[in-house]
Amino acid sequence: MISQVFILSSKGDHLIYKDFRGGAGNDIVSIFYEKVTALTGDQPPVVMNHKDIYFVHIRQGGLYWVATTTAGSSPFTITEFLNRLAALVKDYCGSLSEKSVQMNFALIYELLDEIVDYGYIQTTSSDVLKNFIQTEAVTSRPFSLFDLSNVGLFGAETQQSKVAPSSAATRPIQSSREQGGKSEIFVDVIERMTVVIGSNGLLMKADVEGEIRVKCYMPSCSEMRIGLNEEFSIGKSQLRGYGAAVRVDECSFHQAVRLDEFDSHRILRLCPSQGEQTVMQYQLSDDLPSALPFRLFPTIERDNGGRLLMYMKLRCDLPPKSLSQELSSPDQSAELKPQSRAVVWKIARFAGGTQLSALFKLEVPSLSSASMLEVGPVGLSFELPKITATGLQIRFLRLSPIQPGPSQRWVRYVTHSDSYTIRI
Amino acid sequence: MPYLGGEETVRELRRALSNPNVQSDPLRYRNTILKVIRTMSQGVDVSGLFSEMVKACATVDVVQKKLVYVFLCSYATLNPELSLLVINTLRKDCQDPNPMVRSLALRNMTNLRLPSLVEYVEQPLTAGLRDRAACVRRVAVLGWAKLHNLHPSSEIDAAVVNELYSLLRDPDPVVMVNCLRALEEILKEEGGIAINKPITHHLLNRLKECDIWGQSEVLRVLQRYRPQSEDELFDILSLLDSFLVSPHPPVMAATLSLFLSISSNLPVISLAALERVSGPLLAACGSGSREMRFAAVCHIQLLLRSVPGLLGPHYKRFFCGYAEPAYIKERKMQVLVELVNDENVAMILDELKGYCTDVNTDTAQAAISAIGRIGRSYSDRCLQILTGLLGLKQDHITSAVVQTMRDLVWVCPQCSDTVCLALDGCEETLQDIQGRQALLWLLGVYGERISTAPYTLEVLIDRVRSEASLGIKMELLTATMRLFLCRPAETQDMLGRLLHYCIEEETDMCVRDQALLYYRLLHCGIEKTREVLQGRRSDPSLGVLIGRPAKPVSQWARCFNTLEPLSQGAVEAESDSRGSPEHVTYNSKPNADLSDTLSCSHIEEVHSGSDSAMRCSDSSTNVLASSIAAPLSLSLSPAVSPEDFEHLWLQRQALHTERGAEKIEEGIKVILNQQPKDDDALRQFLTILITVLNTLSSEKD
Repeated sequence: MISQVFILSSKGDHLIYKDFRGGAGNDIVSIFYEKVTALTGDQPPVVMNHKDIYFVHIRQGGLYWVATTTAGSSPFTITEFLNRLAALVKDYCGSLSEKSVQMNFALIYELLDEIVDYGYIQTTSSDVLKNFIQTEAVTSRPFSLFDLSNVGLFGAETQQSKVAPSSAATRPIQSSREQGGKSEIFVDVIERMTVVIGSNGLLMKADVEGEIRVKCYMPSCSEMRIGLNEEFSIGKSQLRGYGAAVRVDECSFHQAVRLDEFDSHRILRLCPSQGEQTVMQYQLSDDLPSALPFRLFPTIERDNGGRLLMYMKLRCDLPPKSLSQELSSPDQSAELKPQSRAVVWKIARFAGGTQLSALFKLEVPSLSSASMLEVGPVGLSFELPKITATGLQIRFLRLSPIQPGPSQRWVRYVTHSDSYTIRI
Repeated sequence: MPYLGGEETVRELRRALSNPNVQSDPLRYRNTILKVIRTMSQGVDVSGLFSEMVKACATVDVVQKKLVYVFLCSYATLNPELSLLVINTLRKDCQDPNPMVRSLALRNMTNLRLPSLVEYVEQPLTAGLRDRAACVRRVAVLGWAKLHNLHPSSEIDAAVVNELYSLLRDPDPVVMVNCLRALEEILKEEGGIAINKPITHHLLNRLKECDIWGQSEVLRVLQRYRPQSEDELFDILSLLDSFLVSPHPPVMAATLSLFLSISSNLPVISLAALERVSGPLLAACGSGSREMRFAAVCHIQLLLRSVPGLLGPHYKRFFCGYAEPAYIKERKMQVLVELVNDENVAMILDELKGYCTDVNTDTAQAAISAIGRIGRSYSDRCLQILTGLLGLKQDHITSAVVQTMRDLVWVCPQCSDTVCLALDGCEETLQDIQGRQALLWLLGVYGERISTAPYTLEVLIDRVRSEASLGIKMELLTATMRLFLCRPAETQDMLGRLLHYCIEEETDMCVRDQALLYYRLLHCGIEKTREVLQGRRSDPSLGVLIGRPAKPVSQWARCFNTLEPLSQGAVEAESDSRGSPEHVTYNSKPNADLSDTLSCSHIEEVHSGSDSAMRCSDSSTNVLASSIAAPLSLSLSPAVSPEDFEHLWLQRQALHTERGAEKIEEGIKVILNQQPKDDDALRQFLTILITVLNTLSSEKD
């Protein structure tokens, strides 16, 4: 049961406040903000209480999404609800930021009114909600030449129009209905890698958490079929043939997915509802089919002047692109962050099969041989477009019945680093 | 964020709202209302616009209606009379052909929260229960619950309750779940909705139709059901099996709760369920939302209490991510400690070692103490790492290492040789109070094996005048006394100086009293002193890590899937069996978590038989001492001032001299006030208290 829901900006401005059960003091929001800002670094802020009011909050889009509740509530339910609420707001407003929430507050009140009644969650399905939500989203998209460049000469398809602009998926789902405009569907395969490489260069841990996300802007879509790699297998024992089997350890599907063709042909069938939903989640531990994307060869030493020399050689082991050859070294920058005692080396883009090296010289007062032990680990954060670590691919994407009018289907792959640590 | 120009804004808005030109243009009217709501959510009091907004309510524009309702529901309680005007519009809307308008009107009618309106609301609500559209029924059902809570004393018509029961069979799953919720609230005094066999089976059969929120709600309510036969129980369990491995954490957690509650007297089944649920829980630990990760890790800690080896093969999932927040890292390390076994110990220690140099000092200290806890089972490897860390000469690391070593030595006395060797020279790096206290304790207890101990103490004694911390002074006194017992020649002189300073110049009563006590103790002869001061050096019974007995599931089943495991300190108390008895200082952090869980005012009556009044007073001093130094307060009846204490002490002495001759039966009565209740903390506290008292009276017989 949820007593109140409110959304605060990171500076503590009240953006949305809705009291479902009544009886809460007016200062409840400020109490929360005081509590959350008074926390010291290591305290878990997820659950806080003031007398017998419990605050559960999440942070998304730089905002605090808070629900107040009683001690006996399920943390899983409340957290999931807040996550879902944030996702819905994102679907309806296009993006998640202080500005978009501020501009669409009427829409969000309307959403909240339909989602929760008297503190009980009624529904969060966008299929149901779309019948009730009347307010239209307000977006602030600055005029951009990029939009124009998508229009080919005399309506001809340009090269660019075959690639969805990155902002394509950040628009409100409702506008498709009124504008009758683009009916699009995005299928994203998103993987997050967690890797630990020991100081001896051996792989200590490699986990991949992946999901297939469907973002649908179709006003009506009866059924969609997503074909995965045919050699896709689940679990350790199921090894098919010798080929490069795509294997995951565990796999779970959204309730709405029908799996009757999954066993034989690896096809997922579902009727996507408007907005974003996670169709399938999977995970793989320790046994990656391909080589790790990055390897680091560090050399750390002390020079005579008591300076710390860090020589880093970073190699990208992804297959090189056939055509693009980057001759000059890409944009790079490096910065010393004294607060977190870290050197940040930023590389704007990095072609497969190449390597980069850097030498950092640091003046460290009273550098001793013992303090060399303190150096490390190296954490990499990156985004690999068009690559999945597990090798999962989408063979085809079919919609039935065939959509009237122009419709576009996009399949995107991306691998993020959740935590990619290399010990020194 | 109250605006400076709040009143100005309200005036402007009122002018706009009552402007006929605005009113005639729907778009402008709506935009003005939007402005009002925006001002309201920014925290400005716009209740003055109530009558204007009531007028705006009568419109065909649904969006405008919704906006006005948001306003009205927020301010209705301030304007009960004006709200009566709205009721008519609302009642008219309840007859609207559009079900959406009907449900909207009905919902807001009940959201006004005005007891005076109840009579107008009942009739539409009754009609709403029989509405054709499911969305109206959903609202009407919950409306009765709202109505009931407005007038908790008044009886809701039995006919309505019956109707609600019958609506459990409504084709719409949300209506069904809402009925459950409403009946739970209306029948709260009778213990909620009656869960009998037909209702249970009906709900279970329809579980698949509900969405995840409905499922978790139904599963929660069903926890009260007790199956009548074993067959029925197994039927239910096999029906629910697929929900146990649901990819949605709320459903999974609710199902496990239900499993644990209905099979509470079949431990085998509970354990099997725990094993089955570990997969989805692990998946939740890798969820993209860090709050969800945290909730999952906290619940895994609960599971591990009963099945310690449950996730052993998956220990790598609990390696901390580079960018994870410190609070998740800390919990993950606690889990890692629980998962240690012969195969993975090398990997886990290697990983933990990596965290010891973390930039965040709390993470670093948590990693060090985790290594110390593993050291109870694998002392050699851990001591090697800990000793290596001392070489870094970082003050927060050294402090954590010394404290960890103290705790380790207390549990595993066989480590003492290595520890004694390692301590050399670390007094220079130590800065904080806890670290130095730990060092002093080690120097006192193992003084005979640390060659430099007297010199270290001498430096501190020379600086005692500038020492601010009470705890350090007391610890210094004890350590010097202990060292004197084993190395009198080197220590005698400095002990004299210290006692002299503490008795003659020290202003703090506690320090002075302790010094006086030791002084008198020395008068009683060296043997007596030895008896009092050299108690136990270790307590191996606090136990090794591996092979601990598993706790029964019932101990934590009640708080599974509640906010309790996520709150601070809940697990802290469990994991903190550190702290040597002389150090009732449980916790190294100044903002102790424990003091929240365990704030006890403790009234002690010692009926101690005869011979040494001295000993008895020793115990009280110790107790009092720790009350000031330590976050965990163990105080003699709340807030005893030194004078009071002396008074009390004298009384007791008198008591003893009176009873001196006869041997009275011994007995100690301890009264603890604890709030909130925490059995674990209480038990630990009592163990430690008993150890303290045993130590002090061990030489008695």
